Amino acid sequence: MKDNVSIRGSVHTDRIHDSAAKHVTGAADYTDDIPQPEGTLHAYLGVSNVAHATLHGIDLTAVRAAPGVIGVLTADDIPGVNDISPTGLNDEPVFPTETIQFHGQPLFAVIAETRDAARRAAELAEADCTPLPHALDPVAAMEADYPHVTAPLKLERGDVGPAFEDATNRIQGCMTIGGQDHMYLEGHIAFAIPGEDDEIVVHCSTQHPSEAQHMVAHVLGVPSNAVVVNVRRMGGGFGGKESQMNLFCAVAAIAAKKWNRAVKIRPDRDQDMTATGKRHDFVVDYDVAFDDAGRIEAVEGSFAARCGFSADLSGPVTDRALFHADNAYFYPNVRLVSRPMKTNTVSNTAFRGFGGPQGVIVAERMIEEIAYATGQDPLDVRKANFYGGAGRDLTPYHQEVEDNILDRLVTELEQSADYRTRRAAIVDHNLGSRILKKGIALTPVKFGISFTATWYNQAGALVHVYNDGSIHLNHGGTEMGQGLNTKVAQVVAEAFQVDFERIKITRTTTEKVPNTSATAASSGSDLNGMAALDAVEQIKARLVAFAAEKWSVAPEAVAFKANHVHIGAETLTFAQFIKAAYMARVQLSAAGFYKTPKIHWDRGAGKGRPFYYYAYGAACSEVTIDTLTGEYRVDRTDILHDVGRSLNPALDKGQVEGAFIQGMGWLTTEELWWDDKGQLRTHAPSTYKIPLASDRPRIFNVNLADWSENRELTIKRSKAVGEPPFMLGISVFEALSMAVASVADYRICPRLDAPATPERVLMAVERLKKA
Amino acid sequence: MSNIHVTTTVNGDEVEFLCDPRETLLDVLRDRLGLTGAKEGCGTGDCGACSVTLDGRLVCSCLVLGAEAEGKEIATVEGMATGEALHPLQKKFIEHAALQCGICTPGILVATEALLKKNPDPTETEVRYWLAGNLCRCTGYDKIIRAVMDTAADMREAS
Repeated sequence: MKDNVSIRGSVHTDRIHDSAAKHVTGAADYTDDIPQPEGTLHAYLGVSNVAHATLHGIDLTAVRAAPGVIGVLTADDIPGVNDISPTGLNDEPVFPTETIQFHGQPLFAVIAETRDAARRAAELAEADCTPLPHALDPVAAMEADYPHVTAPLKLERGDVGPAFEDATNRIQGCMTIGGQDHMYLEGHIAFAIPGEDDEIVVHCSTQHPSEAQHMVAHVLGVPSNAVVVNVRRMGGGFGGKESQMNLFCAVAAIAAKKWNRAVKIRPDRDQDMTATGKRHDFVVDYDVAFDDAGRIEAVEGSFAARCGFSADLSGPVTDRALFHADNAYFYPNVRLVSRPMKTNTVSNTAFRGFGGPQGVIVAERMIEEIAYATGQDPLDVRKANFYGGAGRDLTPYHQEVEDNILDRLVTELEQSADYRTRRAAIVDHNLGSRILKKGIALTPVKFGISFTATWYNQAGALVHVYNDGSIHLNHGGTEMGQGLNTKVAQVVAEAFQVDFERIKITRTTTEKVPNTSATAASSGSDLNGMAALDAVEQIKARLVAFAAEKWSVAPEAVAFKANHVHIGAETLTFAQFIKAAYMARVQLSAAGFYKTPKIHWDRGAGKGRPFYYYAYGAACSEVTIDTLTGEYRVDRTDILHDVGRSLNPALDKGQVEGAFIQGMGWLTTEELWWDDKGQLRTHAPSTYKIPLASDRPRIFNVNLADWSENRELTIKRSKAVGEPPFMLGISVFEALSMAVASVADYRICPRLDAPATPERVLMAVERLKKA
Repeated sequence: MSNIHVTTTVNGDEVEFLCDPRETLLDVLRDRLGLTGAKEGCGTGDCGACSVTLDGRLVCSCLVLGAEAEGKEIATVEGMATGEALHPLQKKFIEHAALQCGICTPGILVATEALLKKNPDPTETEVRYWLAGNLCRCTGYDKIIRAVMDTAADMREAS
């Protein structure tokens, strides 16, 4: 019969992004493309031009008098609470009242008839303030005895004291790791439309609609049920829109209620970069003991981060740095501490990997140190230290590594990339090439999946089946290009056994699924896919009971297959069956829910199982550097990455490729630079360089480990993919390091800091030439 | 400042509009003509998200004044498809999954179409360097370059 006919868009297939046709025709609407009601006003932020000062007042006379200006919003206009701290620490005002805490801090907002008028007027304010000394980076902050923005974390296992005393070999070092701007091509934007009574609707580009809803309610002094936040799609997020949109939503909402008109706020790229947070820079002191074979005996590390003026998400970010300071390696004795330092800079925030990459790169630095000290190929040192069986499977936070597949994965990549032969050829090449030097590195990644804030690991979905058999799907996740909506719809299509096209994916809204978590921590498909499946299973259970009764068959005789429903010997189309169910008064709508099992975390004790499972991957990159200029290019990259049983291999490969290039950018060309006054001088793509099409590796082979299957009961045994491949970019960094090391015959670990800009590479070459 | 009257052609249609002399072509397209396919990524000509062609020449519409469109022919992403029939580049971008968030996609398509008109048989290096003016933060460019090379080959075969 129809059993051999399959549906379109089931799971584990290369379904195209559900908005692809709209993307290529320009018909996909982003927040800035939503038609504006008559009388829409535009807001723009006025910002500080000092890094730290006592604020006495702001002269806004010229601002108010400027053409097109309707009014100005200051802290006095906030009807509710002047705070948008996402962790409830009350340390992040919408507008400060007493102290300016960073250069570029929003002080007020101008509301005008046009965006241009608001933008011009915002320049006309005069802040009356007395400058205070400032500390811009974590080292200056520690020297000036600045506080932590949030409580630090310590992870400890074994006994590092005696391990270091009895160490066979010991290396101590310091690594500086730069931050990163998100550079989503769509900047921040919020568009608020006032409603009746205390109601307001905010269209915006946030990864966390529920938090934006709560923040708007908080600043307006109204309950959450008065606020609706809608997100159809984002033009990129990468973590930069997890908490940072709250400010813009708050400003648009307060202004919309004050003037009872729609208000849109969209900063220009410069203000987007200076007024919103980025990836945390770190300064890490490490101390590693190891035996003559290169096996690690003990590790101690102190991770100081530039958190900026407030906590924002710095607590969980610095925690995650420690959670990943082991990367793939077993540390028999370990002590790691975080130093989340307050600085007079914009408050740093979530960014793909969420502190994890900064931890991983330190682990890789220690491996490199050991390799140079013991005269080995770094890959051999890596393998010697991988998590192993019993006795070598405990992380510094006492979670057992149960699902390690790196031995197989790394070996496969080593062979497919022909690593050993190419490394030997490169060493040969470097002997004969005076100016151009090559390097190659193969680096692994192990990344923990789950929010470390355990309560965040929940999700909801809402599924309606209409009586014509069409399906409406809504879930709490947000679409930022990753294809989450497509994947969740595939799950629903598979479960109902209907074609993908039968399912309408709808915008994320706080009206349909409440109390959602941020679409972050790579968790989107894991959480929302399961919640949607739960909703479908509820509806299907009712449908099966209905069919069993009406057709007098056993429930097992009811089967959903390829757009049809088989009931004993009868076969109905899905639409016919749904119509019959509707006529028999079966409820065809359900709210699904999911919470991740098994996880728990005791932060005080530094013990638990914060992660449901791990995702793995490895990359091998080859580079060429010019030792006279420090310039370089990536000649080839091979990647093998683990996404379990992929829900959608095409989308997952896209995530892996994009994450790799973004990780490469973080460690190579993307340099954030503040001047002495605390002004960010790399403020736009003119001065801040993300990878270009011309920077893509000349040869780029990307594969998914198609044999992998999640040992945990995740959605269709898939694994999260957003963040883990970001750290594959570290292979480029370590390959650059090897090329640099060649000028001193690989005797010395170059100790490159990140990002390894051409200038840094050149300076390292010069340093090693003299050594 | 008084508005000025501009007559121009957009995607083959004659269009008239009034604009502030300081207004960019990007803002005119988006706010006055309702063509929101071109996006503002940076406003300084560094990202290519606002790419359109002006008399066949690829430009960043954020760096062109609306008034400069007088008497010119403008082509935007909205004009790439012929009715319901997508341009071969649009089809290949979908087929290769050469997009993620999609906000750079219109600019990249316009830039690529301009390249293929100039050079129907580009090398991969030429494609990569031509597109170096169009930032994409999601894809890592690989699928984009493959889609362009594939389209160019198909279009050469068809012509």
